[in-house]
Amino acid sequence: MSSSLTPDAPVFVAKTSGGRITDFVDQRVGGSGILREFGRKVFPDHWSFMFGEVALYSFVILLLSGTFLTFFFDPSMAETHYAGSYTPLKNVEMSVAYSSSLNISFDIRGGLFMRQVHHWAALLFVASVAVHMLRVFFTGAFRKPREMNWVVGGVLLILAMAAGFTGYSLPDDLLSGNGLRIIDGVIKSIPVIGTYISFFLFGGEFPGTMIISRLYTLHILLVPALILLMIVMHLFMVVVHKHTQYPGPGRNDGNVVGYPLGPVYAAKAGGFFFIVFGVVAIMAAFFTINPIWNYGPYDPSPVSAGTQPDWYIGFVDGALRLMPGTIGDWKVEQIWFGHVFTFNVLLPALVPAGILFTVMFAYPWIERWITKDDREHHVLDRPRNAPTRTAIGMAGFVWYCVMWAAAGSDLIATHFHVALNDVTYWLRALFFIGPVIAFIVTKRVALALQRKDREIALHGRETGRIVRLPHGEFIEVHAPLDEYKRYRLVGFESPEPLPAVPNEHGVVDRKEKRRAALSRWFFEDRVAPATPAELEAAHGHHAAPEPIETIEAAESRKTLSH
Amino acid sequence: MKALSQKRRHPLAAIALLLMGLLVTGGLYAVATTVNQAKADTTTYSASDVEEGGKLFAANCATCHGMGASGSQSGPSLVGVGAAAVDFQVGTGRMPMQMNGPQAYKKPAQFNEEQTKQLAAYVASLGPGPAIPEAGVLDEKGDAAKGGELFRTNCAMCHNAAAAGGALTRGKFAPALADVSGQHIYEAMVTGPQNMPVFSDANISPEGKRDIITYLKQIETNGSPGGADLGALGPVSEGLFVWIAGLGVIIAFTIWLTSRTS
Repeated sequence: MSSSLTPDAPVFVAKTSGGRITDFVDQRVGGSGILREFGRKVFPDHWSFMFGEVALYSFVILLLSGTFLTFFFDPSMAETHYAGSYTPLKNVEMSVAYSSSLNISFDIRGGLFMRQVHHWAALLFVASVAVHMLRVFFTGAFRKPREMNWVVGGVLLILAMAAGFTGYSLPDDLLSGNGLRIIDGVIKSIPVIGTYISFFLFGGEFPGTMIISRLYTLHILLVPALILLMIVMHLFMVVVHKHTQYPGPGRNDGNVVGYPLGPVYAAKAGGFFFIVFGVVAIMAAFFTINPIWNYGPYDPSPVSAGTQPDWYIGFVDGALRLMPGTIGDWKVEQIWFGHVFTFNVLLPALVPAGILFTVMFAYPWIERWITKDDREHHVLDRPRNAPTRTAIGMAGFVWYCVMWAAAGSDLIATHFHVALNDVTYWLRALFFIGPVIAFIVTKRVALALQRKDREIALHGRETGRIVRLPHGEFIEVHAPLDEYKRYRLVGFESPEPLPAVPNEHGVVDRKEKRRAALSRWFFEDRVAPATPAELEAAHGHHAAPEPIETIEAAESRKTLSH
Repeated sequence: MKALSQKRRHPLAAIALLLMGLLVTGGLYAVATTVNQAKADTTTYSASDVEEGGKLFAANCATCHGMGASGSQSGPSLVGVGAAAVDFQVGTGRMPMQMNGPQAYKKPAQFNEEQTKQLAAYVASLGPGPAIPEAGVLDEKGDAAKGGELFRTNCAMCHNAAAAGGALTRGKFAPALADVSGQHIYEAMVTGPQNMPVFSDANISPEGKRDIITYLKQIETNGSPGGADLGALGPVSEGLFVWIAGLGVIIAFTIWLTSRTS
């Protein structure tokens, strides 16, 4: 810059007009610096790292298709008579909201396709957020320095559910009205203030004439704005923290091994956007979603069989279905001081979701407290190498899935020809014992996989070739791994239980004892990675792994013991 | 009038009044009950139909329903169920029942049309009950929109808004209504087979039933405007589809995109 001030210094002039425009912009906003910085950002390559991208792209699709829908949707609950082209509803009395949704579906060119794109993308959005969170949890990517980003991600999940539910309710068809009725019931079950909240929300007694336009404001303004804000924070932190990577040769907490953003990753990510868009478009073109014309206008009296929320609210609906009204002779619904307390609605609707989200948000700090681990972690854990965390995750996952399945209990009954009551009894039992079984099984499977890894690292891969030695003994030839593959099997941490440590007063307080007990529970069962000495001993005199040809040539040697 | 008022203290006046009252209430009751029932319409059946039907009944149905259809511990009496009930149960293959269970399943009909008619004739001869509906209410030319409203109010809570069926308690279920003939739908409404309630003519008029059949047939022939309907089962099948097919395909693509390294 300063050189251009001296008149005799050569002034850079781009040769092409495109170049001159670029130079003009660059001199004013410094874009090349930003591009240089971002273009060099390295992203590791793994399929499981792409779910966040799927979520982001689904959100972009939602914004685009949603904008189209707002051009034609009218969120009014005023009464009208349908005059569109779908004859089975001709002249039926309905709200303007439902009528305009039907018009989008039948009378606006491309409207039904866009509605289906929007709805499929919404389901995919929440699903990819969920899978992304599962990946982050099971690989330990929430550890320092990413705890806050984990929380932002959790908030995004809740916002995604809120966006989905407010959108689900907008068409004002029978299905969405039934969903709102359940929400109304849950709100009214909150002691003392529930009724007031419901009246405030619905502008009077359910369903009122306000709720659709209010949900519409939330759905197209507040919730997407919050989601955008959270996405910006989320991505900003990803840039600050850099991306995590799976363990492997040459990878450590001080580097990131992968491709730079420009040009490789930008091209891949850009192409991937169109792949996601294509998949959503194909689903929207060939598969019906939310056929609102089947359900008819909302009317508080009819309730259709097979009334369910979209999948992400399903676990709450399932918990409601599992809750018994009475336990033995004890009524769950209580009358205290002349007021009805509907615990049979309040408990299942709020408690399981509350537990799930509380544990989810708090988990990074819980594990940090137990392990006293204050180091930064940029290399991920393979799920098997953190057996207790993986088992906790699976327990929570199974608990969620039991409630999720319960939301479809009627369809399980009709499609597998079993009794609805039996499905409910089984799921009630699984609600309590499912997570326990999942925890035990997962932990054992993870430990077994670790042992298998250790075995392979020490003795190589089974080749399936049986060789008879001159003195008659049969052995199976084991081929040693190359050192890259071996590194993956031995390059992990296996912490030991951390005993209680006295505090500055020399006292082991109760909290520390609890922590030590949890640490023991966490790390008691462990499989240590094979040490270099063990590897040396196992491989006998040929410390360096030999190529397989050498081994084949020497397979009669006694040293090839397994 | 004067003569009547003079005789009001006649010793027989009370008895006359009582008789009159009984006649009026009895007459009204008779009218009211027949409104709800199609007449036991034996006129279309010949005596030989009834006789042949009786033989078929004794050979195939009497084991459970008893001789003379008077019922046993295994099956209810069929006196007064009408020809419509027989035509529905036998015509859809539900009867004879394959095995005892919460509900009889639809299966290929075990009797041909002639035999079904004879069985219906026999059962109809035992007592008045709903008759097989006339073609007029089955022409599928009613008001589909009105039928849709009636369907959503009266039928959808068990059969699903898209008539895809639904679960009831303890292994019972409301079947899907696709591929069910208009005649069988009408008969089911008037006789209330299995766990279905009866929708009498006082509840849903024959005209309303015609509208419902028109609606069901119209949504069946319309098909699914938005593409494959995934069983018309609502958000559960949609969620299953997005998780398995949608995410499945996307995961396949992510693996392809990152397959060069790692």
